Amino acid sequence: MKKNIIELKNISVKFDDDVILDDLSLSIGDGEFVTFLGSSGCGKTTTLRIIAGFLEPDSGEVFFDSKNMSGVPPYKREVNTIFQRYALFPNYNVFENIAYGLRVRHVPEAEIKQKVSEMLTLVNLEGFEKRHISKLSGGQQQRVAIARALVLKPKVLLLDEPLAALDLKLRKDMQNELKNIQKALGITFVFVTHDQEEALSMSDTVVVMNEGKVQQIGSPIDIYNEPKNAFVADFIGESNILDGTMKADYRAYFSGREFKCLDAGFGVNEPVDIVVRPEDVDIVKKGEGMLDGIVTSVTFRGVHFEIIVDIGGFKWMIQTTDEHKPGEEVGLFIEPDAIHVMKKSKYSGKFGDYSSYSDELDTLNQLPEDEDDE
Amino acid sequence: MKKRSLMQRLLGAPYILWAAIFIIVPLIIVVYYSFTDSAGNFTLDNIKGLAGYKDIFLISIEYSLIATVITLLISYPFAYIMSRKKESTQRIMMMLVMLPMWMNLLIRTYSWMNILEKNGIINNFLALIGVEPLKMIGTPGAVIFGMIYNYIPYMILPIYSVMAKIEPSLLEAAEDLGSNGFSKLRRIILPLSMPGVVSGFTMVFVPSVSTFYISQKLGGKIMLVGDAIEKQIQSLYNYNLGAALSLVLMVLILLSMALMKKFAGDSGDNILV
Repeated sequence: MKKNIIELKNISVKFDDDVILDDLSLSIGDGEFVTFLGSSGCGKTTTLRIIAGFLEPDSGEVFFDSKNMSGVPPYKREVNTIFQRYALFPNYNVFENIAYGLRVRHVPEAEIKQKVSEMLTLVNLEGFEKRHISKLSGGQQQRVAIARALVLKPKVLLLDEPLAALDLKLRKDMQNELKNIQKALGITFVFVTHDQEEALSMSDTVVVMNEGKVQQIGSPIDIYNEPKNAFVADFIGESNILDGTMKADYRAYFSGREFKCLDAGFGVNEPVDIVVRPEDVDIVKKGEGMLDGIVTSVTFRGVHFEIIVDIGGFKWMIQTTDEHKPGEEVGLFIEPDAIHVMKKSKYSGKFGDYSSYSDELDTLNQLPEDEDDE
Repeated sequence: MKKRSLMQRLLGAPYILWAAIFIIVPLIIVVYYSFTDSAGNFTLDNIKGLAGYKDIFLISIEYSLIATVITLLISYPFAYIMSRKKESTQRIMMMLVMLPMWMNLLIRTYSWMNILEKNGIINNFLALIGVEPLKMIGTPGAVIFGMIYNYIPYMILPIYSVMAKIEPSLLEAAEDLGSNGFSKLRRIILPLSMPGVVSGFTMVFVPSVSTFYISQKLGGKIMLVGDAIEKQIQSLYNYNLGAALSLVLMVLILLSMALMKKFAGDSGDNILV
């Protein structure tokens, strides 16, 4: 029976007049790899620090193993943190850094030696005991930070964007290593990142956050295939988000025509947001698909082509391995299970098509997207 | 060996000239006078004559050590508290600490004379509430106090600047791993702030041990090494003995600096990431 090792109930945090966390509640299961995902300022690091005990919420409670943690300082919590820039102690070498927590607990010397050795093996840093930490590479420093935290066998490990400072190849290697360590030790990992690929590849559960609120909690597959609102749909992967209406169960109306889909449970003629992932759309000959349009740009990404197709003013993005040419007239074939229907939310209308085709430009412009209404 | 262009050599020349004239030559002159008599003949009499000044040397070291240690004990917690405050508060505190330094040391010391003397401000106040006047001027306490007052910014500032560089995340990491306040202090803050402590210690001890003004104004009949040197040179025109005293003082200071460097451990490489 899986129990919840951490529960957050109605946590609110304000800094001057800024609301950082807004009545946030969530649970973390024992032994899970959970990721808080969101862009800067969404409140994910703040939530982590509340769990660690570096910050007391203005209101709300934190429960660890069913015990209320109000007022309990970090050094009394069975939680350890990996800091974003590692925070290794510059006055100690690798051995002493890892041994720090054990020395504070007055663990006997022989046991310290043995445990530190085990950790060094676990993180592949055998032989590095006497090395001074200023002489370590970023990846090595990170592994020392991990060893230092794990040697204390915490029930929960908190990781605050630990891979942010590493280059791509190293980051992917570390993602695998972290995942393996977590599986091997069975410790609950709470991981914070803004990188959605990282979140999707490593986690058992993803908590998508924005503006101090939880937007959606679910497994990576669920979050990807069934985003709950336009924010999640846009943040995770690429999406075409359209304004539409549910004519009836399994019948969605958008882009000027009706489509068969797999979603039900909405009111008749209820306005909804429609999500179609670029990789789920096929480009066919004009007239042979559900919609017709013109190719406006083609970008080669190695893995696939990213093709922008203009349909009645709305710029769709399609990912396909077939090459097409700008100016070509094409058709789009959209299968029922490529269509995902979401309820309207405060994020409707904020994300939509690929007319500006750049994330930075989207947030800079903040213009109402060029959507298709019927 | 770096190859220096002629241009670089020329640019360095003024400083080398300055150092030669105003640093090296005076040192040589002091050494010369220490080992000669008034006729210019080589002699060890000056050095031997220092035996009579043994007590003066001891008191000077004693007072300045006490002053330095007290200064350290006050400054260390103060610097730590200061380093943990928010930016704007730190700036204000820094200004307040440095404010006395804008005034000349002579004026600062003289002011304290006014406050501490027999019919000075403190004793006048005590008389108002019917308490016997205290003897403050002319006591070792007054001299030590004068040293502390004058040089405390030189202890606070180096310690503070080193402590300010200690990243808050280091202290959080220590807490995260199980350290409470005292443990953090012992294991993290103390080792990392040592360079500041050594720096501050030196900057208070050296001027204190060689002062003459503070002891003259606040110490009454108390005579320190600085006073002795001044007396020999200014009043008695005995340059030889004065030079010998200076030489020994210089050696003493160099020795104590070397000792402190050793005590602080290897602060040679940059241990502050």
